[in-house]
Amino acid sequence: MTIKLCEQAFNPWQEIQTYQTQTAALTGKHGATGVFVGTMRDFNQGDSIQGMFLEHYPGMTEKQLEGIVAQAEQQWALLDTLVIHRIGAVLPDDTLVLVAAWAAHRGDAFDACRFIMEALKSRAPFWKQETLASGQVRWVEKNSGGYQNPR
Amino acid sequence: MSIKVRYFASLKETVGRAEDELQATSPQPARSIWQQLNPDLPIPDTLLAAVNMEYVGLDTLVNDGDELAFFPPVTGG
Repeated sequence: MTIKLCEQAFNPWQEIQTYQTQTAALTGKHGATGVFVGTMRDFNQGDSIQGMFLEHYPGMTEKQLEGIVAQAEQQWALLDTLVIHRIGAVLPDDTLVLVAAWAAHRGDAFDACRFIMEALKSRAPFWKQETLASGQVRWVEKNSGGYQNPR
Repeated sequence: MSIKVRYFASLKETVGRAEDELQATSPQPARSIWQQLNPDLPIPDTLLAAVNMEYVGLDTLVNDGDELAFFPPVTGG
């Protein structure tokens, strides 16, 4: 399990590639990689967004993420996991979050990746503050359900 | 005894402070700590609380030396 909070922009595909290459436990063993990459949009709730600030609760964020990944490791047969989340100032098209789950088989990789992402959305203490194209600043009040049309 | 109280995100702006230090003579429920520190602010419906970085309900007793945090719904990812 590796969890990182990152103040600079990062390339999720490069991170996956590097991690996979450097992790001996994965070599020859991982048949499936479940990956989620979250990217900052330039629109939200009908408004154009020019930038965002990601506040977090240092210490609790790491603690919650570790707990979430540990829960996933108990539930599914995972070989390793990598979670990276941006903090601080973020621009549209920047990667906000990467979740990668490596397993021997696809069911474990897919399901664990989804679980980690959904748990992160509801439990990890991050807060988004958006700056609209007009210059107005506002806090995002809650996360969406994850679909464009409510289910 | 002393309890450190922290506020985050929009709640920090509403309260007007990032931190408080509460002197108390006995363990207190999180709810009553909010009420003592913010007598003019009703408890927000969506308020979340954590003690020592773990989520708790507002009736949880907070002890000497604990760190209590209040914050709005999280919006990461």
